[in-house]
Amino acid sequence: MKNTPSAHAGFMARDRAWHPPALHAPYKTSVLRSPNAPLLSLPTSLGEETGPVFGPAMLGELDHDLIHNYAEPGESAVGPRIIVHGRVIDETGRPVPNTLVEVWQANAGGRYRHKKEGYLAPLDPNFGGCGRVLTDENGAYEFRTIQPGPYPWANGGNDWRPAHIHFSIFGSGFAQRLITQMYFEGDPLIAQCPIVGAIPDRAAVETLVAELDMTRTVPMDACAWRFDIVLRGRRQTIFENRLEGL
Amino acid sequence: MIRPTHAFKETPSQTAGPYVHIGLNPNVTGIHGVYETDLGHDMKTGAVSGEEIIVTGTVFDGLGAPVRDVVLEIWQADADGLFNSPVETRGKADPNFTGWGRAAADLQTGQFRFDTVKPGRVPWRDGRLQAPHISVWIVARGINIGLHTRLYFADEAEANAEDPILTRIEHQHRLPTLLAERTGEGEYRFDIRLQGEGETIFFDM
Repeated sequence: MKNTPSAHAGFMARDRAWHPPALHAPYKTSVLRSPNAPLLSLPTSLGEETGPVFGPAMLGELDHDLIHNYAEPGESAVGPRIIVHGRVIDETGRPVPNTLVEVWQANAGGRYRHKKEGYLAPLDPNFGGCGRVLTDENGAYEFRTIQPGPYPWANGGNDWRPAHIHFSIFGSGFAQRLITQMYFEGDPLIAQCPIVGAIPDRAAVETLVAELDMTRTVPMDACAWRFDIVLRGRRQTIFENRLEGL
Repeated sequence: MIRPTHAFKETPSQTAGPYVHIGLNPNVTGIHGVYETDLGHDMKTGAVSGEEIIVTGTVFDGLGAPVRDVVLEIWQADADGLFNSPVETRGKADPNFTGWGRAAADLQTGQFRFDTVKPGRVPWRDGRLQAPHISVWIVARGINIGLHTRLYFADEAEANAEDPILTRIEHQHRLPTLLAERTGEGEYRFDIRLQGEGETIFFDM
C-alpha cells in the first residue's frame, strides 16, 4: 500500500508560469473565456486529495486500440499505424499507477468525427477518434492508433494545428486533473500554433513533443512514439517514522 | 549529493479544444459503439442514502453567451461526508454513490445537469467542518487550463457562515458566485461566469 496517497499529504503548488495563462490573445477563444480575477489560493484538503477510482472492469477490450475500436469487423482505420506509450509519474518521480488516460484525435486526414467539424478532409468510416487505457503498476500506458493529420482552423487568417493527440489524465487526487495535447517530434507547425504558443516557456513546450521511439517500433506494423506525462507532485508524508515510499 | 526535490515539472496544460466530447463523452456527440456508456454519467449505481438532488446550470463567457461546448466534472462526498476513495479512512462511503460525475453541456442550449446527492460535511485540514459543497472542474475550447471552483448551497446559511473557506474570502461580495440556489424540491441552479461582472470565484488549490 506504499503508493497509496495519504489524505492531507497535500499537493505541491502548481507553477502557473509554466502552464499557459488563461488569457492568450493570439488564441482568440481564450479572450472571453479567461477569468479576470486572480485565482483564489487554497491549500488542498480531502476533496482535492481524493478522486474517482477506475478499474479494468470499466474498460472494454479494444478501448486502447483506436485502429479497431470503431472499425467494422475485419476493417481498420486508414493512416500510418502508430503506438503511443509512456509513463505517468508525478513531480517527485513517483509512478502514478492504475490511473485513467483518455485520448482523442482527428483522423489521418485531419478531420474530427464531430457534427460541428468544418474541414473538407473526408471522414474515415472506420475511425471514431477516442480511446482510453489505465496505467499499470509502474505508471506505464500504451495505446495503438493512426497518426492524426494537421488541419486548418478558424482563428487567425491562416492557422493550422500541428498533428496532435489530446490527453486527459486523472491521477490520484482531483487537484491533479489535467488535460493536455501531445505533438510529434519534427512537426514544423508546432512553432506556428497559437495554442502551443500560449505556453510561455519553450522548455515546457518541448515536454509536449513525443519522440520517435525505434526501440518500441514494430517492424512492418507500427512506429512507436514515446510521451511521458508528469502530474502534480504529492508532498511526502511520514508513515510509521519513515518517508512514504521508502 | 543533493538532488532537487522538484525533480520533474508538471506537464503543461493545453485546452481541451472544441471536440473534447469525442474523448470524454463520445456518445453525446454521436460516436456510439466504442464505449457502452460515457464515464461519469451515472453517479448512482443503486439506492443511495441521503437527499437526491439535481443540479442544473449554464457556464457563461465574458459577453454573457452560454458556453455550449463545455464539459464539467464534479467530485464530492456522500450524504455522510465520506468520499468513495481508497484513501478515505474515516468510514465506508455509500457503495452505491461514486461521488464523481461528468457532464457535457447541451450542445444547443449550453445547460448542464448532474443527478447526484446532497453531500454531507467534510472536515477542513484543521478539523473544523466545511459546509456541504461539491468540487467542480471545467474544461472547454478557449480554457487553457481547467478551472476549479466549488458549489455551495444557498440554503445552508448556518454551515456556510462557519465554513473555513467561505469565511476567509476577502471579497465577500463575490461569495454568492459559489452558491447554488434551491429552485424546487431537490433542485438546485448553479450558473458559472468565466469573466466580468459576477465572475465565479476560481481556486488555485
